[in-house]
Amino acid sequence: MSQEKLVEIKNLKQHFKTGRHSVVKAVDGLNFDIFKGETFGLVGESGCGKSTTGRTIIRLYDATDGEVIFNGENVHGKKNREDLKKFNREMQMIFQDPYASLNPRMKVEDIIAEGMDIHGLANNDKERKAKVHELLETVGLNKEHANRYPHEFSGGQRQRIGIARALAVDPSFIIADEPISALDVSIQAQVVNLLKKLQHEKGLTYLFIAHDLSMVKYISDRIGVMYFGKLVEVADADDLYNHPIHPYTQSLLSAIPLPDPDYERSRERFTYNPNNHDTSEEPEFREVRPGHWVLCTSKEFDFYKKEHATTK
Amino acid sequence: MEKLLEVNNMHVSFDTYGGEVKAVRGVTFDLKKGETLAIVGESGSGKSVTTKALMQLIPKPPGRIKEGEILFEGRDLTKMSEKQMQKIRGKEMAMIFQDPMTSLNPTMKVGNQIMEGLIKHQKMDRAQARKRVVELLELVGIPDPESRLKQYPHQFSGGMRQRVVVAIALACNPKLLIADEPTTALDVTIQAQILELMKDIQKKTDSATIFITHDLGVVANVADRVAVMYAGKIVEIGTVDDIFYNPKHPYTWGLLGSMPSLDSADEELYAIPGSPPDLLDPPKGDAFAPRNEYAMQIDLEQEPPMFKVSETHYAATWLLHENAPNMEPPASIKKRMEGMAKSSSSSEKGDRI
Repeated sequence: MSQEKLVEIKNLKQHFKTGRHSVVKAVDGLNFDIFKGETFGLVGESGCGKSTTGRTIIRLYDATDGEVIFNGENVHGKKNREDLKKFNREMQMIFQDPYASLNPRMKVEDIIAEGMDIHGLANNDKERKAKVHELLETVGLNKEHANRYPHEFSGGQRQRIGIARALAVDPSFIIADEPISALDVSIQAQVVNLLKKLQHEKGLTYLFIAHDLSMVKYISDRIGVMYFGKLVEVADADDLYNHPIHPYTQSLLSAIPLPDPDYERSRERFTYNPNNHDTSEEPEFREVRPGHWVLCTSKEFDFYKKEHATTK
Repeated sequence: MEKLLEVNNMHVSFDTYGGEVKAVRGVTFDLKKGETLAIVGESGSGKSVTTKALMQLIPKPPGRIKEGEILFEGRDLTKMSEKQMQKIRGKEMAMIFQDPMTSLNPTMKVGNQIMEGLIKHQKMDRAQARKRVVELLELVGIPDPESRLKQYPHQFSGGMRQRVVVAIALACNPKLLIADEPTTALDVTIQAQILELMKDIQKKTDSATIFITHDLGVVANVADRVAVMYAGKIVEIGTVDDIFYNPKHPYTWGLLGSMPSLDSADEELYAIPGSPPDLLDPPKGDAFAPRNEYAMQIDLEQEPPMFKVSETHYAATWLLHENAPNMEPPASIKKRMEGMAKSSSSSEKGDRI
């Protein structure tokens, strides 16, 4: 895989005012890069800010502070219409709830083609139709579905429509915010296989946000773990699962039930106690193993290095 | 062990404008004291309807239990009046619902909600009930119960609310606890806590549990036995080891194969193609046949009976018939079976029952 950076997130902050004096720091100083053609998984418990991160990157929210650099250009800050349009074409989103994210009063054809209309990608009606039909087939539906309304589809089919809509403007980067958590297990596998296939064929880059850790492990090349608005650990998917370093990651991994009764009988769960951290200084993001970054203080860093740097 | 619950050939249908929806089409199982049975299947497979029928919570009309009997300690629940059922519900059998956000009354203090059952069923006075509520909240691990019971549901987090729901269900020491996706709305760490809590309480009280979920990881964690439902029927039932290490039904293969294991490399997930059938008009023959790559001609014509694989393990698929060809299950399933080769004394074929 090329190590060319597609997206760089620098000190991204998203604070919400919830009252005159109270501020919720949903995302508080994130730094990470997403390489071209990879899938970056973002995991964490509800309320940790992973969805807010996705929405801030794509400018559904204006960031409080920080930069998102896409292909070398900052996407936040003042932009004119043209720039915004160009950027919107490059970056698309797939939403969690396939029931709420499709307009019930629009036909599938118009839902999928809306982006094409905005960006003027189809010259005439015939071309537009042909493109929609092609997209429907790409995502495993057929062209007869174009004239139907969203309520006529099952959850898995709707999620496919959402994927087709995202693909309509030929993006290079897709943010998938819990795209499978509303679906049944067998349908989840269908959608995940589809996402993987599309990535192969079109060279897409994904930011995959989810709380189902086994699925994230399966689909991602690298994974970031979030806790209370901060990234606590970033590593290659295998490395993260085999050598979790931050105690929060360890506790999260130890809590996943696996479909294996023997393993379940012997599983031991750790609980994470945030008070056990060294508080002598502000923790920073440090590289403990090659490509494996952990949020820690310098004291903890030395400890982690001793514990984990050499183990295979 | 003694049988607490016996369900025999239960059919549940809903009369709609479009016709009769046969949501449950002949379900038979039993449950012993202190045992946990997990029911798994896709949405629409009838698992929730089955348990609602046990509690007699199916709205009638449009729903009706067309056929079959539900024997709870020998008494047939289908023949009971609503008044008799009210004495059983909450007292001898209790339910934990999926969504802790909607299953509590937002206008009632948490303590009063837990007390309701105690006052009604156990004829306690308020002071006694209050004492018991404090005990229950402690049991489910809510800190500072004395002040917490005066609070409203919105002052609790999701995990804490689900603990309150568990406390309500446990209030009258039910013999049977039905948990309908009790952890689906929760985060993994909270889920792990709730599951540990439920197992712990079950050990203490020796109650039986029916656990509905579509998360096979959770099943492996809590269940003694597993029933796999598809299109309103149980297609395979057995101990947790039977189902996870020696599955016989192609649908069970599909379910197990569609979950990535943490050590699975880049191979494609085994996805069951298509979507579940419309129960307004269930297909002829085996309902799973149209999605089943192992389907044979007979699957399209005749519904398979239950075949006995071992004393504890039954599956409804023609593949177990003595004349059926030997089919190779998908690679990921074979890997599972090999892991358990030591205990697989059962043969390839089953006995028809």
